Amino acid sequence: MADQATFADQAMEFAPQLYSAAMRMTRNRADAEDLVQETYLKGYRSFHTFTEGTNLRAWLFRILTNTYINSYRAKQRRPDESDLDDVEDMYLYRRLTTLGDGALGRSAEESLMELLPDAEVKQALEELPDNFRLPVILADVEGFQYKEIAEILDIPIGTVMSRLHRGRKAMQKSLYEYARTRGMVSAEPASTTSGSTPPES
Amino acid sequence: MMAECDSYDCDETLRELDTFLDSELSDGTRDAIREHLDGCPDCLSAFDFHAELKQVIAIKCHDDEMPPGLLSRIERCFDVDLDGDGKIG
Repeated sequence: MADQATFADQAMEFAPQLYSAAMRMTRNRADAEDLVQETYLKGYRSFHTFTEGTNLRAWLFRILTNTYINSYRAKQRRPDESDLDDVEDMYLYRRLTTLGDGALGRSAEESLMELLPDAEVKQALEELPDNFRLPVILADVEGFQYKEIAEILDIPIGTVMSRLHRGRKAMQKSLYEYARTRGMVSAEPASTTSGSTPPES
Repeated sequence: MMAECDSYDCDETLRELDTFLDSELSDGTRDAIREHLDGCPDCLSAFDFHAELKQVIAIKCHDDEMPPGLLSRIERCFDVDLDGDGKIG
């Protein structure tokens, strides 16, 4: 039987993941802490409804997501459903690999890890409207499968896929815009990097 | 002849970029795409880029340090009768 002592033993290891996801959802530390704490309390109290042998991590993320949608989103007065502009496929890739005006000066050795600062990647994700942000957090940050995301968010798999696709493209567009603002756009072909200012590390 | 053995062209391959990188494809489709990527440096380059991007997003959005005290605060709640119903929790 799924008793509460078992919950305390097994559930705490997921706290760092839940906290990171909560940060991406609420976008501030105080709310993220409260959200994680509330998630654990709800989990603890309703653990008798958890079917042992099923995915405890997905179960906790479902509580986290529902709590966020029901309490924190309302508190932050974010619109329920907002849409995204259509962005062309492979937006960032096309711009990073095109040689010519507007291409980012990316040398072959420079990895995206170095090119994209942590703060900008987080910001690009956090700026997505909720209905796109939640699937992207669950898929790309937490590594859940489409079927699990569909269950966590209670939406059809096809909707998961289309929101993921559009959310990812919008993120890529933001990442490109940030890089441009930082002055990382090379007016020269990407192959001739001499004379350009290297990005701050 | 089996239809599933037909190889994919660039358009068909790129259409499955997300589902391929998300490991959501059937074995047959995945093999057909791998076969195309083996012979198409352009598509391979696009797939490599997006695989790298996905990894970068996962790492950079997942590195928040938990505030000290949060874990013990949660665990303390497990020992307390919070709602006064006579039960812990």
